[in-house]
Amino acid sequence: MSSQSINVETVTTELDNILEMENVSVAYAGNYAVKNVSFNVARNAITSIIGPSGCGKSTLLRCLNRMNDFILDASIEGNIRFEGQDIYAREVDAVEVRHHIGMVFQKPNPFPKSIFKNVAWGPTVNRYQGSITELVERSLKQASLWDEVKDRLNDSALGLSGGQQQRLCIARALAMEPNVLLMDEPCSALDPISTAHIEDLMFDLKSRYTIVIVTHNMQQASRVSDYTAFMEMGNLIEFDESERLFTRPSNQRTEDYVSGRFG
Amino acid sequence: MTASLTRSTAKQAHHMRRRHAKARVFAKFCGLVTWLGTALLLVLLWQIFSDGLRWLDIDFLRSFPSRFPERAGILSALAGTLWLISLVAIISIPVGVATAIYIEEFGGKGKLVKIIDINISNLAGVPSIVYGIIGLTLFVRGLQLERSLISGALTMSLLILPVIIIASREAIRTVPDSIRHAAIALGGTQWQTVWSHVLPASFPGILTGVILGLSRAIGETAPLIMIGALTYVAFVPEGPMDSFTALPIQIFNWVSRPQEEFHELAAAAIIVLLVVLLSMNSLAIFIRHKMEKKLQ
Amino acid sequence: MPSITNGQVRWHESLIQGGLGFCALISIVTTATIIFILTRESVGFFQVIPVKDFLFGTSWVPMFEPSSFGVLPLLWGTLVITIGAALICIPIGLASAIYLSEYASAKQRSIIKPVLELLAGIPTVVYGYFALTFVTPALQYLFPGIQVFNALSGSIVVGIMVLPMVATLSDNALRAVPDSLRQGAYALGATSYEVTTQVVVPAGLSGIIASFLLAISRAIGETMAVTLAAGATPNLSFTFLESIQTMTAYIVQVSMGDTPAGGVAYQTMFAVAGLLFVITLFLNVIATFILKRYREVYQ
Repeated sequence: MSSQSINVETVTTELDNILEMENVSVAYAGNYAVKNVSFNVARNAITSIIGPSGCGKSTLLRCLNRMNDFILDASIEGNIRFEGQDIYAREVDAVEVRHHIGMVFQKPNPFPKSIFKNVAWGPTVNRYQGSITELVERSLKQASLWDEVKDRLNDSALGLSGGQQQRLCIARALAMEPNVLLMDEPCSALDPISTAHIEDLMFDLKSRYTIVIVTHNMQQASRVSDYTAFMEMGNLIEFDESERLFTRPSNQRTEDYVSGRFG
Repeated sequence: MTASLTRSTAKQAHHMRRRHAKARVFAKFCGLVTWLGTALLLVLLWQIFSDGLRWLDIDFLRSFPSRFPERAGILSALAGTLWLISLVAIISIPVGVATAIYIEEFGGKGKLVKIIDINISNLAGVPSIVYGIIGLTLFVRGLQLERSLISGALTMSLLILPVIIIASREAIRTVPDSIRHAAIALGGTQWQTVWSHVLPASFPGILTGVILGLSRAIGETAPLIMIGALTYVAFVPEGPMDSFTALPIQIFNWVSRPQEEFHELAAAAIIVLLVVLLSMNSLAIFIRHKMEKKLQ
Repeated sequence: MPSITNGQVRWHESLIQGGLGFCALISIVTTATIIFILTRESVGFFQVIPVKDFLFGTSWVPMFEPSSFGVLPLLWGTLVITIGAALICIPIGLASAIYLSEYASAKQRSIIKPVLELLAGIPTVVYGYFALTFVTPALQYLFPGIQVFNALSGSIVVGIMVLPMVATLSDNALRAVPDSLRQGAYALGATSYEVTTQVVVPAGLSGIIASFLLAISRAIGETMAVTLAAGATPNLSFTFLESIQTMTAYIVQVSMGDTPAGGVAYQTMFAVAGLLFVITLFLNVIATFILKRYREVYQ
């Protein structure tokens, strides 16, 4: 087992951490997909999790909004805190957690409803008190999709292109006004132009939201994120400011991965 | 600004609790309703067995129907049903499987295949009594086959043909093309490929379809009534041209009578019918299992 | 390797292919025959009885004098049974399908699915028996004024009979909804009730509706259970507690009786059967159309 170079203490103690992970392990029917991972997510920053296929990064991400609750033989150990509160505590409502921590998936998954209804559904079901129309417009603007769809809000979301659908899914997640936005390889099913569009979007969103992005695209991670966690085979190998991790990594495995020697 | 995982106002907390309660009630409701269906089956079986079991003995199987409940039996009906299944199997299995083979292997994607396709799915939805009328007009009267076993068998075969065709087509479709390509590459003709490779591979699925079809044929009453299966038959049929009765007809006849003993006799006959159906299905599962093992 | 010449092989192949094709034609011939026979006899019938009288007449007395050939009471009887059956099989079938696809564990599924298959395989005459020996007595206990032959009993039993069909087909439709949709909905912080009723069911709606239509078509064509349970009294009144007659039960009545072949009374059988055929065909075609047209919903 390679030694971990986690600069968690030095990197993030001074910062305002919105999410804290401590000794998190996830097992599916006894097989550990995530082993003893600890790092923090800084507020209003973009943290990326990189690593080869199967290293457990998506599994870890899904713990953050308790989406692993749906997998019956998954067991989670360790501590995950949002604003200092343990999200797996018995009195905590998983549904509530997801109001604060939203998610965008790898393949765009808009509902077979109108564009408007897609964005409005979450808040409506949650009895949003203000004007839904304004919320929808605001969210679509934040997702940089408003101009393209403002004249056809009642059209089916399935008529949009792949890149547009993904931005719609982002708008849909933002409509819940979360604090954190989790993104699970959001660009891997998209063409380069749409990918660039969404990367630009992330910079805009950073000021209001915290973003955690899982990506297998190292260039993307180095372009976009402030902090990066590198995982391999369920273990956290290194966590550092992105600039440092990509140019002067502390761990040999990290260096091998980011220079393309494997992965 | 830090957020909190708990709702800030009592109203919001109350609202969340309501939503969760609704979800719990809904899940329980769906579960309850579903298990209701299972309970229904048990009630049905209990009713049948509690009514009919005491009439079920060897004499019941060996006697002909009678005005007197104590002497009544299902010999003629059982014989008729067994004759019927055999004839229907002989007629419908080859035709049904052949049709499926033709459509899937030789038909291509032309218009003819499309027409046959639509045709079959429509035929599958035609009420059984309409088949009965056709059987009456075409076989009994038209071909002058009278109210015989063969008329009944032909009518039933038409009825279950769509079932067999649809199931066989599904089974043939799941056979991967790689098997066909390999056989043709070895120099086999198309028919040889089908006979030696595709059919054996799709056999379990075809068998399931056949059993499904035959089960329907055994249980259907309306078409048999239409073609004139008799309700009082005191002999065992000896050939396809003989008139006959069948288990469902006998059951129908007994249930229609006001006396409660005949209702109970009907229950006993139902038990026999269900046993026949169960045996057929179990045999099919057994054969499938053996074939699937062999193919492994 | 066959040791026959190329020419022989081709001849064999053609023959076999011809034989197979002949079998395939039988299905087309069947449909043609059905349409031909029903049309021919109905045409004969409508030469004596005007179509308008048949379709819109409210009195059905074909066997006695003064005779009257308005099919509405039979149509109404069929409708009453079908509506009653739909009220049972649609909610229960859909709820079962939802439970099976969204809530049940694999173990529970392994019990419930075979039970549904068993229920679906039970011959219809058994349901008729069940109606007379269990359902009607139970109804007589609940509604003391009810007749022995009544529409409610027939409806209940037909509803139970088509229930497995609705449950199975709707379950298939719901399972076809991609899991990614559910994930997306749950990730927005919604409860299972909200996700199921507002995202999953609407997404699978075409398959669900098709299942309803097919079940209704089946209920309309059902014969034995209604013949035994609901009676033989053509009746235009709006009541579940009385005896009525469906189109199918009437056809059975004619064929079991001594009506001489060829007369108008005999031909009523074909006219009614023709109407039945057209109605069920119509429903089946719409169901197939809905399934095919809305199948691309997720792409």
